[in-house]
Amino acid sequence: MSQQAIPYTNDFLREVEKNVEEGHWVKMCMQCGVCAGSCPLGPAWEHPPQEIFMMIRAGKREEVLTSDSMWMCTSCYNCVVRCPRQLPITHIMHGLANYAHRLGLAPKGQPTRETARLFWNSLVKTGRVNELKFSLALYFKDGFVQGVKNALNMQAIGFGLMKAKRLNPLEILGGHGVKDQSGLKAMIAKAREIEDRKKGFSA
Amino acid sequence: MAKKEYAFYPGCSSQKGASASNYLTSVNAMCDKLDVTITEIPDWNCCGASIGYAEGGELPRLALSARNFALAEKHMPGKEMVATCAACWLAQREVKERIDHSEILLKETNEALAAAGLQYQGTTAVRHMVEVLIEDLGYDALKQPVVKPLEGIKFAGYVGCQTNRPFGIDGESFENPVYLDKLVETVGGEAVPYDQKVTCCGGALAFSEPEKSQKQIRDIVESAYDHGAEMIVTPCPLCQANVEIYQSEINKKHGTKLNMPVLYYSQLMTVAYGGTAKEAGLDGHLIRATRLEEITKK
Repeated sequence: MSQQAIPYTNDFLREVEKNVEEGHWVKMCMQCGVCAGSCPLGPAWEHPPQEIFMMIRAGKREEVLTSDSMWMCTSCYNCVVRCPRQLPITHIMHGLANYAHRLGLAPKGQPTRETARLFWNSLVKTGRVNELKFSLALYFKDGFVQGVKNALNMQAIGFGLMKAKRLNPLEILGGHGVKDQSGLKAMIAKAREIEDRKKGFSA
Repeated sequence: MAKKEYAFYPGCSSQKGASASNYLTSVNAMCDKLDVTITEIPDWNCCGASIGYAEGGELPRLALSARNFALAEKHMPGKEMVATCAACWLAQREVKERIDHSEILLKETNEALAAAGLQYQGTTAVRHMVEVLIEDLGYDALKQPVVKPLEGIKFAGYVGCQTNRPFGIDGESFENPVYLDKLVETVGGEAVPYDQKVTCCGGALAFSEPEKSQKQIRDIVESAYDHGAEMIVTPCPLCQANVEIYQSEINKKHGTKLNMPVLYYSQLMTVAYGGTAKEAGLDGHLIRATRLEEITKK
């Protein structure tokens, strides 16, 4: 029985360096694991950051991009300030998550992926986040029945916030937004076009 | 005291009817007492927050914050930008650092901004409101207007993440920043030492990973109780919302009896400066800060 060795390449590292936000830092990781020990959601990461970095160097493209590990980042920056090599780990994780999402490889239905998508869609619609519509979209992301359940579950909090004037039911009619909506939309479209061209995403 | 003026970036959560609307109410009252003028940047937009990355990517996010700078530069030249939201401040600061240090990103960001008829020049700095208080005014100046010191009230200063890391306030340590404790003491309150001062509340994952975030929140509130605090005080609108709102959920699931008010520093200051409960936005809480409300009636 003979087994053919897979030739070692660092193609995936090069891809990450080129296409992932702050990806050029990955090779600087020295595998100390302080990031893993500093993460508030540490135990929830199947592959903590230092492992992700080594997997990138080992060419494990699919394992990295389909992982839900980087979706556990809460953006607390604890890993960033403690990293002895000063890697911007939070941004690399965001960058990897974005890259996996845009390539369609990120786990389907991953809750933070869905939340992030809904948040962005809400903000680009008017230039400012509509908290009411964002919350409702979140409740109903898994279908109508689950949505009603979620909304009922949270109704005491919802009414409490309305009473405290921190949730406005009238936001459903449109709510806050920037005046120059066409300018804002053109700006975002242009930014996305440039980024897509650079990173090889299809529009 | 010399009058100070800033270009103000309130952020989405501070708008009328939004989750931190009472933060803005108290900031306005506080600034009034301190003779600080904050003028809203015309037509500002959302910064993308810390959850915008997945769909927004890099350049669209850079463009969002750059648009705010460009508007401030155009309409309020020479004025520093001040943000009250931790995420707004952090996004603006990060974006400025990123595009000021990369000719390529600067060029591309301006190409996107041109589609909105705007240009980023890089002449405006961004500050967090607590930086304005501590660095521009100083603790002594903040003490002067105190007419109703918050004597005998014990606060857990909950700094959280994004005003603290990665930039920090006033060069303080990331592990044990003390500015919030000092602000509490400046207005006559007592700041208790406790071990969850810089623990993450889960941030935006409070929506997507409720169990994991609520564990964080429970740790924070329980530690505040264990160390004798009556109230929590924070500089961040998402920390405030998460830590206050989900206490009832945690109680439902775990049989705990968490019921600790979570305030903004600006509310403490407004009350100590003699403001009314309404001016301090004390009517904007699910868990009422009754002892502060009582002080306003004295």
